[in-house]
Amino acid sequence: MSLSQTARHLGHAIRTFSLAAMLAFAPQAMAAAAPASAAAAPAVAAPVEAAAVSAAPAAAASEASATAAVDKGSYVPMKPTAGKGQPVAGGYTFQDQYSDTGREALAMHNYLLMPVITVITLFVLFLLLIVIVRFRRGANPVASKTSHNTMIEIIWTVIPVLILVVIAVPSIRLLAHQYTPAPKGALTVKAMGYQWYWGYTYPDNGGFEVISNILPDAEAIKRGEQPQLAADNRMVVPVGEPIRMQTTGSDVIHAFAVPSLWFKLDAVPGRINEKVLFIKEPGVYYGQCSELCGARHGYMPIVVEALPRAKFEEWVKTQGGTVGPAAATTTAAAPAKTAPSA
Amino acid sequence: MATIPADHETFNAHHDDAHGHDHKPAFFQRWFMSTNHKDIGTLYLIFAIIAGIIGGGVSGIMRAELAHPGIQYLGWWTHFLGGNDQDFNATLHMWNVLITAHGLIMVFFMVMPALIGGFGNWFVPLMIGAPDMAFPRMNNISFWLTVAGFCSLMMSAFMPGGTGMGAGTGWTVYAPLSTSGSVGPAVDFAIFSLHLAGAGSILGAINFITTIFNMRAPGMTLHKMPLFVWSMLVTAFLLLLSLPVLAAAITMLLTDRNFGTTFFNAAGGGDPVLYQHLFWFFGHPEVYIMILPGFGIISQIISTFSKKPVFGYLGMAYAMVAIGAVGFIVWAHHMYTTGLDVNTKMYFTAATMVIAVPTGIKIFSWIATMWGGSLEFKSPMVWAIGFIFLFTLGGVTGVVLANGGIDDNVQDTYYVVAHFHYVLSLGAVTALFAGFYYWFPKMSGRMHSELLAHIHFWIFFIGVNLIFFPMHFLGVQGMPRRYPDYAPAFEYWNTIATNGYVVMAFSMLIFFINIAYSLVAGKKAVGNYWGEGATTLEWTLSSPPPFHQFETLPVIEDAHAH
Repeated sequence: MSLSQTARHLGHAIRTFSLAAMLAFAPQAMAAAAPASAAAAPAVAAPVEAAAVSAAPAAAASEASATAAVDKGSYVPMKPTAGKGQPVAGGYTFQDQYSDTGREALAMHNYLLMPVITVITLFVLFLLLIVIVRFRRGANPVASKTSHNTMIEIIWTVIPVLILVVIAVPSIRLLAHQYTPAPKGALTVKAMGYQWYWGYTYPDNGGFEVISNILPDAEAIKRGEQPQLAADNRMVVPVGEPIRMQTTGSDVIHAFAVPSLWFKLDAVPGRINEKVLFIKEPGVYYGQCSELCGARHGYMPIVVEALPRAKFEEWVKTQGGTVGPAAATTTAAAPAKTAPSA
Repeated sequence: MATIPADHETFNAHHDDAHGHDHKPAFFQRWFMSTNHKDIGTLYLIFAIIAGIIGGGVSGIMRAELAHPGIQYLGWWTHFLGGNDQDFNATLHMWNVLITAHGLIMVFFMVMPALIGGFGNWFVPLMIGAPDMAFPRMNNISFWLTVAGFCSLMMSAFMPGGTGMGAGTGWTVYAPLSTSGSVGPAVDFAIFSLHLAGAGSILGAINFITTIFNMRAPGMTLHKMPLFVWSMLVTAFLLLLSLPVLAAAITMLLTDRNFGTTFFNAAGGGDPVLYQHLFWFFGHPEVYIMILPGFGIISQIISTFSKKPVFGYLGMAYAMVAIGAVGFIVWAHHMYTTGLDVNTKMYFTAATMVIAVPTGIKIFSWIATMWGGSLEFKSPMVWAIGFIFLFTLGGVTGVVLANGGIDDNVQDTYYVVAHFHYVLSLGAVTALFAGFYYWFPKMSGRMHSELLAHIHFWIFFIGVNLIFFPMHFLGVQGMPRRYPDYAPAFEYWNTIATNGYVVMAFSMLIFFINIAYSLVAGKKAVGNYWGEGATTLEWTLSSPPPFHQFETLPVIEDAHAH
């Protein structure tokens, strides 16, 4: 990478930092705006109610369609592609990545971190084998008394520092890219973690909430999905455009994670976390709750289905949501200070 | 480094004089009201072995459950411990109780008591030429507070903890799962157990600092102390500075749970993430508390069996000080996904990677110590070389995890589990066994079987690598931690890990046979059974040392005067 590129990235990074700092105030602004729309549910935890809700959460999804238009839309859940967006049996690498920052991170891991740590480990192993062979008692009966060598001590301090600097530059750049805020007008999706299921709210589309529960193993297999990973209702999003993904928790901390999108963000009661989600290809992408949240922590999978914009809008209509600019103007959950597109 | 007079039996001479000072107290007084650092060290080691059997057994239950997809044994264990196995939530809660118990037991009641309470108590006074610890009675209460803490934790398993019996919060006890998310006294008892163990450790830390600063033999300056003593000094400071923060955090949990405060409840103006900051401000130094004494042990062993002084002694000592200091300013790398500001993530990424530098200095200095030496592969040395390799492997995955942008994918997956077990289960525990074989004859007066110790090493080495190396693969494939069940795609590596556990458990059987053999039929150990390479003060004493040693203080010659 050239120096000018580095400088540009640094400038870019600084700009994104200040935006991120502004975004920190966004949740307050949203909380203030909440009464204006039923869409933005209060983010504060209500664990007692959540326990009651969990009895029959699946029914809630279809009830948001009171004011649905005549066009009911159409949607058939997509069949997952084998090996895409999900773990593979005996796999020993990261899952294939379907986002730009995910590919950047994967490349950094595969082409920088892995070679560096492999070489270091093999180098230490090599040195150990040399001393074991060369300096065993049989080969070297009299030990030397050397216990200092300033030059070599400087070398093994400075070289690791240089290696770390080489790692740090792309690492910081990666963070800057990952946390570039979503552009103005990006679709907002809010994932709410409940004990023990997910709710996905679409404030830009009328504020309906999709409740997503784990499928029983037999049902998952019937639908051609992996047991433990499949959910009855998916989080459907448009492909190829940045999505303002927000997470929050209803009762305890959960974490919204999708390995093939290099995405993981805690869902903390009382705060809204935000990060841009960008999916390059249509497909079904699986994840699981990634913060210990009680008994059924292992039983609240995340299934993201990315569809072309038109099909996504069809899906929105099946949920009783609204599409188009009219829907966007009534939004209450967009941050008060949106970032200019990066 | 300290050198000692050629006559190794100098300081034993007086113990044969029979002035009555080696008359041991009666059994109850000796073991239940002990003020003798060696007896208390022995108590700590016995306690750590018992806790280790329980904590290791718990991990066996977990590996059995994870061998294949589906819930196989959890219902049985729920029933066994008096829970309702007809309630699926209670059965799954049992899993969380197991992971919580395994973590808390291994950290607070196995590794810390063994390394700090056991080896620290035994060998810090011996190595600095002191007759005992500075505060012998406080030493006793440190131990019994730890025992009381363990009892409190064990009791919590039989109390309601929300969705089932026992505390199912994870060893990190994150709010609000540990406050509004866990109704019932189990979590209160688990928290109280941390209070007790923490208080014991703080008192122990005060004792070590005072002892090391004030009770060194004439001529033993700080820069002549054996590196094990240096490691204990740094560890004691880490304990003293970090544990009060944990105590505050978990006290706030208790008041949130029982007295209506809302420190960690957003509905009352608090913040759940604040708890994580407080916890990891303690938690990160804690991982160095567990590994630094191991560093000290490895330094002694490498030097002994290379028959060379430690290479770059001052660099080694101050690398530990640096690791301890930097350890306090990297805590939020445990919290990369909590919604930290991106600038904060950048800072913690950079700061965390800095730790690799002093750690690298230690690895290379150990190898340089061996370089040019005359290596003898006695069992402690084999364990120590194994430590260097395994710790390096665990360390480099730490460099990967340090990157906030990479960690976003592997946070809370088995990759993290693999990483911290490589540095703890294969790092700290390997150092524990190295130290155990190094000093066991000194403590017991009986030689262990070298053959069994070597067999133990190789089977353990194969077993733990089989358990933990595949976890890297599970982690990058996306398997989250703390899951009792998983997708079929994860079965392959999980089955291998469970097989690895069986191998590891078999090696532990050999370990216990070895202890039993040496206590019953072991050859009597001489004062310095490792020969010319063993140059620290404990080797000038008999094995086991007299009940009270160094009533005439040893004088340390200046190595540079020769």
